Amino acid sequence: MNNRSIHIVQSTAIPVDIENVDTDQIIPARFLKATSRDGFGDNLFRDWRYNADGSPKKEFVLNNPAYKGKIMVAGKNFGCGSSREHAAWAIKDAGFDVVISSFFADIFKNNALNNFLLPVTVSDDFLKELLETIKNDPSTLITIDLPGETITLEATGRKENFDINNYKKTCLLNGYDDIDYLLSIRNEIEAFEHQHA
Amino acid sequence: MAKTLFEKIWHRHVVKTIEGGPSVLYIDKHFIHEVTSPQAFKGLEKRGQEVFRPRQIVATADHNVPTLDQHLPIKDELSRMQVQQLIANCAKHGVELYGLGHPYQGIVHVIGPELGITQPGMTIVCGDSHTSTHGAFGAIAFGIGTSEVEMVMATQCLLQSRPKLMRINVEGVLNKGVVSKDIILYIIAKISASGATGYFVEFAGSAIRSLSMEARMTICNMSIEMGARGGMIAPDQTTFDYLKDRQFAPQGAEWDKQVTQWSALYTDKDAVFDKEIHIDAAAIEPMITYGTNPGMGISVSGRIPTGADPKSLDYMGLQAGAAIKGKKVDYVFIGSCTNSRIEDLRLVAEFVKGRRKSTNIEAWIVPGSKQVEKQAIEEGLDKIFEAAGFQLRQPGCSACLAMNDDKIPAGKYCISTSNRNFEGRQGPNARTLLASPLTAAVAAITGEVADVREYL
Repeated sequence: MNNRSIHIVQSTAIPVDIENVDTDQIIPARFLKATSRDGFGDNLFRDWRYNADGSPKKEFVLNNPAYKGKIMVAGKNFGCGSSREHAAWAIKDAGFDVVISSFFADIFKNNALNNFLLPVTVSDDFLKELLETIKNDPSTLITIDLPGETITLEATGRKENFDINNYKKTCLLNGYDDIDYLLSIRNEIEAFEHQHA
Repeated sequence: MAKTLFEKIWHRHVVKTIEGGPSVLYIDKHFIHEVTSPQAFKGLEKRGQEVFRPRQIVATADHNVPTLDQHLPIKDELSRMQVQQLIANCAKHGVELYGLGHPYQGIVHVIGPELGITQPGMTIVCGDSHTSTHGAFGAIAFGIGTSEVEMVMATQCLLQSRPKLMRINVEGVLNKGVVSKDIILYIIAKISASGATGYFVEFAGSAIRSLSMEARMTICNMSIEMGARGGMIAPDQTTFDYLKDRQFAPQGAEWDKQVTQWSALYTDKDAVFDKEIHIDAAAIEPMITYGTNPGMGISVSGRIPTGADPKSLDYMGLQAGAAIKGKKVDYVFIGSCTNSRIEDLRLVAEFVKGRRKSTNIEAWIVPGSKQVEKQAIEEGLDKIFEAAGFQLRQPGCSACLAMNDDKIPAGKYCISTSNRNFEGRQGPNARTLLASPLTAAVAAITGEVADVREYL
């Protein structure tokens, strides 16, 4: 276990009740000119969050001081479009450890997992309940139990299981990433190359 | 056992499979560019690792480059630094770079195929979602994030779970004025922007078979816009004819050997897909999008659906139930990895020859590569564009994602041959209407959304 690992996350949540959020909205292309992984959180949802002059748009949920927490709850088909990992970096950099939706785009899901940002897929019905409950009461607590693969809405006690493959789960629990694993089997990769040459 | 095209290629590239987890997939070719690679190089160095197989990587500068005065230093400081970082990283790690000024420079998904680097049966990745383009050659090609770019640099492998498989069969003959861009916009409108999430898609059927390689690339390019991991088309004589004698294609006896192997890359008759969709080519009309994701498309002669998403329509300044034809347009952008190949430019040139753009229109043509640009000039297309009032620029991703100066101003309408109409994609508050090169060309002439069939 190291400081990247994820076990149990209990937190209030921020409801981003919008469907088909694409990675261009999460982080617009004009902010992709950096050559490091840091600092993207400031521009998370830039054009929904700020006016052209840099003043905050009051109506956008991230600017509402009532909502805080390490969990983002978002509409269906979250993270579609561009493969930019900057989207996952921006969400993580802004202080989130978990994103909950009823459907994630494939590339975003992989990018999130590679950055120890846990994408949790719930049923459409549960997502609706989560969004409504949080919107009505921003102090609503949600518990994500990675070892048990469950998500609980504490206010109502409703609990759902979520899917994650065993390999990825082990990585997240221990703070390992895919490169650590792939480097450890490089002799097998070389043998494969030799066979297929 | 009967296998799909995807399965044949996938099985040949699995190094091992982790029990209850993903497979270790060997990657044949890795394309990189300036925007999604710097953090990967940095990560690699932080781990004290070298690039494992530098000769299997090809680099170019495309996303963030200007499309005017490419011989001068890049004015934008951050863009210049990013491009310089790519040059330094490639030199340090022994990676071939076709950077600015190189005769092979261009959009990564245009140069791979045109140089013959992209070949049937390969696994191909790039830190860009439109890597699906290369699937047109019968390859497994898909976009990856920067951590995965680092993985491939470090080990030439990725950890991947096998996606579900879908086949989309397009049968029949296309109508006049309907091109491959219309086919893919039609399919996405039918199954939605998330309709193929979790799937890898094979495009098949007589209408697909009849298409050129350029047209097939346009279709596979936009697979990601319906959520698919990638798209692919079985290689055939059209594929082989396109590849023959290209710079990096196999030569001589090796060519013959490869063609024999490539000819076995097709879906067996009894192979089973998780999902199949059938499309009647004759039902497809010239298409255009009205909303803020690529699934929000209609026929140019159609009306915006009454149930269309109000948030999208508000952003676009359009009304539910209204006709799209006749809508005034401000910009026309012909370019991007979807439609910037020589065939696209020829199609536009043929249409605008002897015509003149409308005075209210700014029309940009951004070729996909230096080679496309050169070919266009050799064929005299530049003269036709100039006479029609179009500006022929230099290669790059340009106004598709507006990372450089090629931005559409706030509130303006752009008919674009690119692949995404997301909010702000072509500049903050810019309004994008996705369409084919033909539909874009006719809009440039008339100054509004028009039905190209009335002008052919």
